[in-house]
Amino acid sequence: MADKPMTGGDLTEELLSSDSWTDAMVEAAGIPVVDVPLVSVGGGIGSFVTVDYLRIAGVKPERMRVLSNLDFPWQTYEYLTRVSQIPRGERIRSDSASRPDNIWGFPSYALAEAVRDRSLRPLWQVLVEPIWADYYTPKAGQVFAGLEREAKRIGYLQMLVKGQVRMVRRRRGGGYFTILTPPAGSAPTQRVAYRAQFVHLAVGYPGLRFLPELQQFRIEHQDFHHVVSAYEDHEHVYDLARTTPVVVMLRGGGIVASRVLQRLMDDRERLGLPTEIVHLFRTYISAAHGPNAWSRRKGGNGFAYQGFNYPKSVWGGQLKSRMRRLEGDERATAYKLMGGTNTPWRRRWQAQMRAGRNSGWYRTMSGTVDQMLLKDGKVVSMVKTPQGVIDISADFVIDCTGLEADIAEHRVLADLLEHSGVSRNPLGRLDVERTFELRGAASGTGVIYASGATTLGGYFPGVDTFLGLQIAAQEIADDLARRGFCRRIGPLRSTSQWLRWAAGREP
Amino acid sequence: MVPTLLGRVQTRLVLLAVIGGIVTAIIAPVLPVSAPVADKYRDAYLVLAAVAVLGIGWEFLYQLLMQWRWEKDWPTLFGLVTLVPEGLLVWLLLQAGAIPGIVGTVSAPAFCIDFLAVWLSVWLVANGPMRVPFIRWRFRGGRLA
Repeated sequence: MADKPMTGGDLTEELLSSDSWTDAMVEAAGIPVVDVPLVSVGGGIGSFVTVDYLRIAGVKPERMRVLSNLDFPWQTYEYLTRVSQIPRGERIRSDSASRPDNIWGFPSYALAEAVRDRSLRPLWQVLVEPIWADYYTPKAGQVFAGLEREAKRIGYLQMLVKGQVRMVRRRRGGGYFTILTPPAGSAPTQRVAYRAQFVHLAVGYPGLRFLPELQQFRIEHQDFHHVVSAYEDHEHVYDLARTTPVVVMLRGGGIVASRVLQRLMDDRERLGLPTEIVHLFRTYISAAHGPNAWSRRKGGNGFAYQGFNYPKSVWGGQLKSRMRRLEGDERATAYKLMGGTNTPWRRRWQAQMRAGRNSGWYRTMSGTVDQMLLKDGKVVSMVKTPQGVIDISADFVIDCTGLEADIAEHRVLADLLEHSGVSRNPLGRLDVERTFELRGAASGTGVIYASGATTLGGYFPGVDTFLGLQIAAQEIADDLARRGFCRRIGPLRSTSQWLRWAAGREP
Repeated sequence: MVPTLLGRVQTRLVLLAVIGGIVTAIIAPVLPVSAPVADKYRDAYLVLAAVAVLGIGWEFLYQLLMQWRWEKDWPTLFGLVTLVPEGLLVWLLLQAGAIPGIVGTVSAPAFCIDFLAVWLSVWLVANGPMRVPFIRWRFRGGRLA
């Protein structure tokens, strides 16, 4: 190394163009190498639950690194929930026993809330849900507080390395190099290479997309005020509604549309506002739907209703077991049948919407929009409906559709698709095995695992949920145990570790 | 819970054997029946065995009924209220002398105490503490093996 010129520790042409790297190539580029058996790329809740699982399985913090530009695992999640109208005091859409800070899901959030508040109400709700009460769901603040406690317990910060991951490439001889760009000025070189046998990818959503017509409107008019995404800060809409009568058009029929709708309806009710809401559905669900009586989902007034993103049994029961056996088109069809845009049926929302429909301040429509104009300070959408084109004028349009970008729009994933032989599943995302091993990416004894939204379309559908991330973490931990990286958690270890969790002691 | 058929049967048999076995061991001697302790134990365990054996049939029925639920789940309350039909069937079979090996007469209060104690214990364990030693159980539809 001494006789080779240093290049400032940056990526060289040779590195950029080679599918696999030797130790010498990295050394020649002057990139410092850090050896660690496992790195997790992402640093959100996906990385957190995976390292949490592995810590409980006995892996020491020094054997794992989380590479991330996030300061704490729930940072992105908290931002997204907050702007999409779930501040800490509101309830998220997640089951009582889906606890990312507790791999056992016991005590459940409902039990913990009951004990903390000395109230039987949460327990009563889980007892009679979903028939005589809405599904119990925890408050966002309770989830974050639990994550904070668990992060401290497992020494998460000790494993966290801040920076932007640029790529993961195969290492000749086995394992991988993960290239991290440290924050400016924090390291002597531009890049640092993490040489690891195992890599875990949990990079979250590759990005969000606007509906094409909304995107076009924003670019054409350079207007980021009237047309907003529910996933970005849009408080100005609610602020103006407080002082001026406004018409708001909502696009989308999922949980975020419900949340934004609730905020508008709550403000209207609480402050006596005259806000009018026009809700446009591309796919308008008017009744229960499905191919037969054994596969029929509730629906009405535009929405498809379901407690959680998928039918509950994808996280452990009949549907999980069935999906595990499906391949190709059959799997894609099953996803279509039980997925799609949906929202929970909640008593309060139903009462508010009913009041709005009866009084005429909440209208629903079915259709698509080809063109939008700005006229007299209002956004006019030309809505193509079954009855013809109707012009709808609104002060604001809120896009709640949450269209997701293609995985190739994420730099790390694009690099993997180009250089590591990974392929796409029937829904176009990363193709993973039942163990969440990334197909086609093996390198000697090295394995890349992926979990979260980027793997949607695999053998397990609920990937982008708290419980889904834990199911993936369990599969990954069990696979790593088979490969000798850690021990498999059996009933005794599980129980003794739960006791440590309950006492707040490190694993 | 989100059970599969095999998971239902396995969970029922294991929980009845372990939790039901322990609860029966504790309460059988104090059941309000005028009989020697050995006979009390014998009858209580025979009732427990009947709940387990008949339960396999019940689980097939529950699994069939669950097919009409979109979520393919079995709400917590269902797991509790099914004690009514199951308890009634065992009681009727007892009255008809159709449970083999029973010695003496099982009184209604004794049956109710025994049956409720076992059922509630099993139901409570299945809805929480079971997940502590068996971390894969809930993701496998209740299968233990």
